[in-house]
Amino acid sequence: MEVRKVYLDHSATTPVAEEVFGAMAPYFTEAMGNPNSLHQWGREARRAVDEGRESVASLIGAGAAEIVFTGSGSAADNLAIKGAAYADKSGRKHIITSAVEHHAIMDTFKWLGKMGYDATFLPVDEFGMVSPDVLRNAIRDDTLIVSVMHANNEVGSINPIEELGAICRERGALFHTDAVQTAGHVPIDVSKLPVDMLTMSAHKMYGPKGIGALYIRRGIKLVPIVHGGGQEYGIRSGTENTPGIVGFGAAARLAERLREEGEEERISRIRDKLLDGIIERIPDSFVTGHRTKRLPFHCSVCVKLIEGEGMLLRMDYAGIGVSSGSACTSGSLEPSHVLLAMGLDHATAHGSVRLTLGKGTTEEDIDYVLEKFPPIVETLRKMSPYKGG
Amino acid sequence: MQQMYNEKVIDYFMNPRNVGGIPDADGVGEVGNPRCGDVMKIYLDVDENEVIRDVKFETFGCAAAIATSSMATEMVKGLTIEQALKITNREVAGELGGLPPEKLHCSLLAEEALRAAVANYRERKSGSAISPPCSVNCGSCGGFEAEERFVAETSRVAE
Repeated sequence: MEVRKVYLDHSATTPVAEEVFGAMAPYFTEAMGNPNSLHQWGREARRAVDEGRESVASLIGAGAAEIVFTGSGSAADNLAIKGAAYADKSGRKHIITSAVEHHAIMDTFKWLGKMGYDATFLPVDEFGMVSPDVLRNAIRDDTLIVSVMHANNEVGSINPIEELGAICRERGALFHTDAVQTAGHVPIDVSKLPVDMLTMSAHKMYGPKGIGALYIRRGIKLVPIVHGGGQEYGIRSGTENTPGIVGFGAAARLAERLREEGEEERISRIRDKLLDGIIERIPDSFVTGHRTKRLPFHCSVCVKLIEGEGMLLRMDYAGIGVSSGSACTSGSLEPSHVLLAMGLDHATAHGSVRLTLGKGTTEEDIDYVLEKFPPIVETLRKMSPYKGG
Repeated sequence: MQQMYNEKVIDYFMNPRNVGGIPDADGVGEVGNPRCGDVMKIYLDVDENEVIRDVKFETFGCAAAIATSSMATEMVKGLTIEQALKITNREVAGELGGLPPEKLHCSLLAEEALRAAVANYRERKSGSAISPPCSVNCGSCGGFEAEERFVAETSRVAE
């Protein structure tokens, strides 16, 4: 019998939606022009790029001229932070981020720390969230930029970016948020949020890989990381990835349609069923991240007394794709920096499992996971020298 | 999964041999550290001719750790203590058809667990004070100090 396949790693990446793929296809072949060319092929590609930009901008309530396309979410994060640091003329040298950021932010801050900037990494609470008070105490007169992720990729908690951004406004610091996990999944309106820059990535919302975007509020000056032909308002040179931008635009329109259809409610309902089902059926397991201030498709748990890689591989064998923050899955000996920053001990952090749902995930899929997961844990616990009490 | 581990490793992980404990074991060895995500415990049942009559393991760890403990127990079963001590981690990994480089420390742990179990057996036999099964940092992974880790991280950032 064919093993059922249930992909629950949408935080890692999503499949390209059929309609997105269809929209992109012509721009690889017949409509292959360079958007910077003046002839009809070029003009056709330019129209497509403009349309994609409009759609991505409209998803977050931005103007089209405030969207710069990059090669990935990581590239957008790098551009935001380094670009703002290089562009600064005020002499501010203090930069702030959180202890649970994606490495694209974390390592950029560490690197700037070596380049003469004073980098502060804000601690988080037990849910992996940054409290406004913590930022208020850390921010200084010479704080140049603050970057706190909108939602955490590993534990799904959504940060209070409105309050965090407001603090930055008061103190004259720029505020950037990495919204790679939230864009297209939870409503974002930069026209109402005190956010200066915001990172998005197409492949986390049923668009293609290899295309990211940075929202840059009008009036904010960045120094480019990539110099060249002056594309993307001179902020990110390089011939535009026309099919990628078209795909990102189509994915943004799809996200708006899914929202109107009530996908957020549907997915959070089956996510709750999964989360509650796991906690109920697996003894010594608990939710990581905030229970309600959470990405609607995100389920993350720690299963005590066993290690994540074993669970991941046995789930894979049962046709279920999940991920883990254990050391053994990362290639280092350290478990996830996010779970450690939340105050979990190493042994518990090694037992973390993340299951992230998508628009194709059904209630039957959840039932299947709830049937397969507990016996896998049981089997591994029988092998463990640690026994539950 | 197929790319990372070969079929034999997967087999020994999915269908591990000799899982469990031995009540009244003649020797018990525990090595590793939950901090690093690997702890192995090996139980020995040894007859009067120092032949390993039975051997079992319990492991907290990744697939490679479980597969190597399973393979190591299978390899030493029926051997004398002297013969068993000659088995190296490379031989265990070799019997499994090889491990990914970053997982080789798991096979070292299996060798160390076996040695610890033998040491415990000898202590019991000689009647000397029985030391508790070792659960401190093992040489293979617990040896990393925070600073060394930071160096590794720094070099990654600089790439």
